[in-house]
Amino acid sequence: MLSFKDFPVGRRFDFPPRTVTAEEIVTFAREFDPQPMHVDEAAGRASILGGLAASGWHTSAMMMRMLCDSYINQTAAEGSPGVSAMQWKRPVLAGDTLSGHCTVTEARLSRSRPEIGIVRFVANVVNQHGETVALCDYANMIRTEAPEAAAHAHG
Amino acid sequence: MRMAELYALNEKIVLGSLHFSADDIVRYARQFDPQPFHIDAEAARDSLFGGLCASGWHTCAGWMKTFVAFWSAEYARLKREGRTPPELGPSSGFRDLRWFRPVFTGDTITYSVTLLDAREHRSRTDRNLCTILCEGINQHGEPVIRFESTVLEFV
Repeated sequence: MLSFKDFPVGRRFDFPPRTVTAEEIVTFAREFDPQPMHVDEAAGRASILGGLAASGWHTSAMMMRMLCDSYINQTAAEGSPGVSAMQWKRPVLAGDTLSGHCTVTEARLSRSRPEIGIVRFVANVVNQHGETVALCDYANMIRTEAPEAAAHAHG
Repeated sequence: MRMAELYALNEKIVLGSLHFSADDIVRYARQFDPQPFHIDAEAARDSLFGGLCASGWHTCAGWMKTFVAFWSAEYARLKREGRTPPELGPSSGFRDLRWFRPVFTGDTITYSVTLLDAREHRSRTDRNLCTILCEGINQHGEPVIRFESTVLEFV
């Protein structure tokens, strides 16, 4: 299990590729963001997004899954205080394949909780053309010592 | 009509509320944010959060869900009244997002929006850029989330 010391500035984690289907886009949007360009192919094509496009909140959710799969699920992570900036730079369209990476930009110990480090990252999500679709500057709270394996065995 | 004609700057508008059941929290997290404290009530007790809580991205998506419902109703109301509603376009992202407190099982979050600024697009005279403050509080009146977003308005 990775802990705070494993996140020096500059360390990079690569995201496994993921293809986004029309069905996923529509299912997410029906629940959380049912605007026409996210639930209807023709409306998407007619919009400035140029096709059936994922909600920005869906793109964010898919990025989160990539963070989990690339490092968080092997890390003594304790959540996040927030996101300094998220830029949805290009639409994510049905059929796009997303990948990318995140890089540590800052690592410091918490002032109030000495057992916690605050690690800042920039995540860059790209499509199959190598174009950035989302750029996110965020932080994670990570334990300085990984807890006993038993405590997380069921996680 | 324009957003700034419809809503006073710096005036908070309540959008609506969303209840977070354990099922909702786990269903979202299994797909997008499978960390122990979002999918396993027992593991969550050992985490800093102290109990099963929603992915921060789920809390964000809840804001969007209540905003879309609110805006659809506003749009229909303005049409009924014979007024021309503002036409909103996609957002390019957000900044300064803070997750102040976890959203625990059974919490009900009340979301709001505040128009902070509306100005002409630098290069496109047919567009305005609206800056909005998006917030959520729990049933005890405690803030759980805030972020600022920029929304395109076609004029």
